[in-house]
Amino acid sequence: MRNPLRRVLLILLEVAVPAAVVAAWWVWSANADSFYFPPLAEILRTFADTWVFERVGNDVVPSLVRLGAGFAIAVAVSIPLGTVLGLSTVVRRVSEPIIEFVRAIPPPALLPFAILVLGVGDTMKIFIIAVVCLWPVLLNTIDGVRGVDHTMLETARVYRVRGLERLRRVVWPAALPQIFAGMRTSLSLALILMVISEMVASTRGIGYFVLQSQRSFDIPEMWTGILLLGLLGYLLNAGFALVERRVLRWHRGARASALQ
Amino acid sequence: MLEVMGLGKTYGEGERATRAIADVSFKVDEGEFVCVVGPSGCGKTTLLRCMSGLLQPSAGRVLLDGRQIDGPPEQVGFVFQEYSRSLLPWMSVRENIALPLRHKRLTKNERARHVEEAVGSVGLTGFIDHYPWELSGGMQQRVAIARALAYQPEILLMDEPFASVDAQTRADLEDLVLRVRTAYGVTVLFVTHDIDEAVYLGDRVIVLTSAPTQVHEILEVDLPEPRDQVETKELPEFTHMRAHIFRAIKRRQPAETAT
Amino acid sequence: MTRTLGWAQTWAGVVVVLALAELASRTEVLPSRYFPPISQTFLTLVGQLGRGSFWAAVGHTLEGWALGLGFAALLAIPVGVAIGTSRLRYRACRVLIEFLRPIPSVALIPLAILIYGVGLESKVFLATFAAFWPLMIQTLYGMQDIDPVAVDTARVFGLRRSERLTKVVLPSAVPYVATGLRISSTVALILAVTAELVIGSAGLGREINAARAGGATELMYALTIVTGLIGWGLNGLFTRAERRVLRWHPSQRTVEGGAL
Repeated sequence: MRNPLRRVLLILLEVAVPAAVVAAWWVWSANADSFYFPPLAEILRTFADTWVFERVGNDVVPSLVRLGAGFAIAVAVSIPLGTVLGLSTVVRRVSEPIIEFVRAIPPPALLPFAILVLGVGDTMKIFIIAVVCLWPVLLNTIDGVRGVDHTMLETARVYRVRGLERLRRVVWPAALPQIFAGMRTSLSLALILMVISEMVASTRGIGYFVLQSQRSFDIPEMWTGILLLGLLGYLLNAGFALVERRVLRWHRGARASALQ
Repeated sequence: MLEVMGLGKTYGEGERATRAIADVSFKVDEGEFVCVVGPSGCGKTTLLRCMSGLLQPSAGRVLLDGRQIDGPPEQVGFVFQEYSRSLLPWMSVRENIALPLRHKRLTKNERARHVEEAVGSVGLTGFIDHYPWELSGGMQQRVAIARALAYQPEILLMDEPFASVDAQTRADLEDLVLRVRTAYGVTVLFVTHDIDEAVYLGDRVIVLTSAPTQVHEILEVDLPEPRDQVETKELPEFTHMRAHIFRAIKRRQPAETAT
Repeated sequence: MTRTLGWAQTWAGVVVVLALAELASRTEVLPSRYFPPISQTFLTLVGQLGRGSFWAAVGHTLEGWALGLGFAALLAIPVGVAIGTSRLRYRACRVLIEFLRPIPSVALIPLAILIYGVGLESKVFLATFAAFWPLMIQTLYGMQDIDPVAVDTARVFGLRRSERLTKVVLPSAVPYVATGLRISSTVALILAVTAELVIGSAGLGREINAARAGGATELMYALTIVTGLIGWGLNGLFTRAERRVLRWHPSQRTVEGGAL
């Protein structure tokens, strides 16, 4: 690693390998003449035609709004709930079997229930996204709140930091790294449920578009949808990581100094 | 000012009960610096926790200014041994020190002044906006001391505060505590397992037996002020006292384990 | 004494929730058209236990889960080991992994239908793709978290490269792989149910949706509960296996010591 030439080579390698993969796909698909795998050049051309910007308002924005709303509701509900469960042994004991069971249900299996009760509109989709996102944040909040360092809590007691102040300044910040871990899991689940709910019950949205393209054998269009979903997944993940780095700057610093 | 009367503490119930503290009584007068020493595992920390109201004693009472303690009182500041876990890593030095002051009736300016004075008195003025994890262990413990001082307590309880710093830093911190104690005119109760430290710092030293703990002896320390790391420790009185306590703790131990 | 109290609280919670659900439905606080009494649902569930079609659906779902997880394990562990044991290979693949991992597996549903049709193959393909990533990433972590002292010790005692791999590197990665398997098992089940629901492959997911469409509300709830039980059971199984593998690990000891 100390050799600068080697470092440059490694960075080149990081760029070169993905580039090679894309190039290979490009060349192979151009000559493959396969119905399922149209040339990459054609997919990209169709991508521009399809998504810039005609369908953005129609399909992309509504999808993302539902995702954001479901995710936000889940976070807003599960952090206070998780705090109560984390602080009270009795409440935790009483609700544990129910939580353990409901969260074990594979999320898509709840979709028929949601359709039955809420119909096929936006409410249903936001509901299902929120329900699914709830568990990772909730469980991580409970763990985070329970795991607050004993000395920190005693410090708060000695200096009479109590009530909401104690939650805001001591308990929540201490639990935040874990809460963020839960939110990260939830965010990828939200995207998955967004797609599934649109595939099963919608006439709009990216999920609907991909499946509809496949059904009408518009294969390049289908591929552009898959690419777009991949891109969204990547961007959501990267965006969240950015926020996390900002908010938990102290956490990385504290951990790095503890490891020394 | 602070009075411990017949204090006892038993953990657990029934057959698995362990008696940590048997029966401890002593007094701390206003402005005094009292050190508590005892063999390791003798319940020093338990005693301090009972005195700070963090722990409910099983027997006896702790009186502060004549009033019984049943929760952390406002007149008490506490310095924990585990400085790295007692300071909040998401707050800067300034915010850590200001945290306990938020519910005291102070104007914004007064609060800022208290914080800055305390940081100055422990010699960390240039580091006020650093985070604790950017500081060395000794500096972190200084922050914890500054936090206790800014709180303006009448009595400062310190639980083996220098047990996990290196020897040179330790000597510096000992002198720092003696200085701020005079500057702030605060009463100090200092728990340690280091006999030298107890004799060097204290006006009085309370020697405890091993668990179940009792008071073995209370000694007046008659060393000249101000204390000095080299000169004080060279005095025959210092050596004598230290040997005396050392024997007391050593002699008691085998006898205790035999029974 | 305290233990009995804990159990009492736990079961009291379950009983109260079930009783409230029953009451809400009987009194039409929750419309019984959408929320049939929980007792009816359980009766339906018991009735299903005697039916071959029910067990066939359970079997299909488990088949998709098992094959998906199996293929994922066959691919992910060797790939993880291969990438994790060489810094060069790791750097070469890092960017590619970072891009591919966040792609929501469900985006590939249309492609799966196109290539594999609506049967078992599609289900297994999706489950494998989704379950591959957590397991591969965990294996990779395991490879990178090996105590350098252990490797040096092995070197000093003259173990050859292949011996070092089998005697030191792989055993210390086992706990990570166990965790990866547990996560991947959950993911494979989710994708199996998703495929049944969206594509219509045989299994519980399809049956749940069919029950909803056919107005058999009790059956829909009963089957949803069954997927929850399966998820709960599988998770319990893998958690237990993980604990077993982790027994020597320091984190596990503190957890056991800390639990009341």
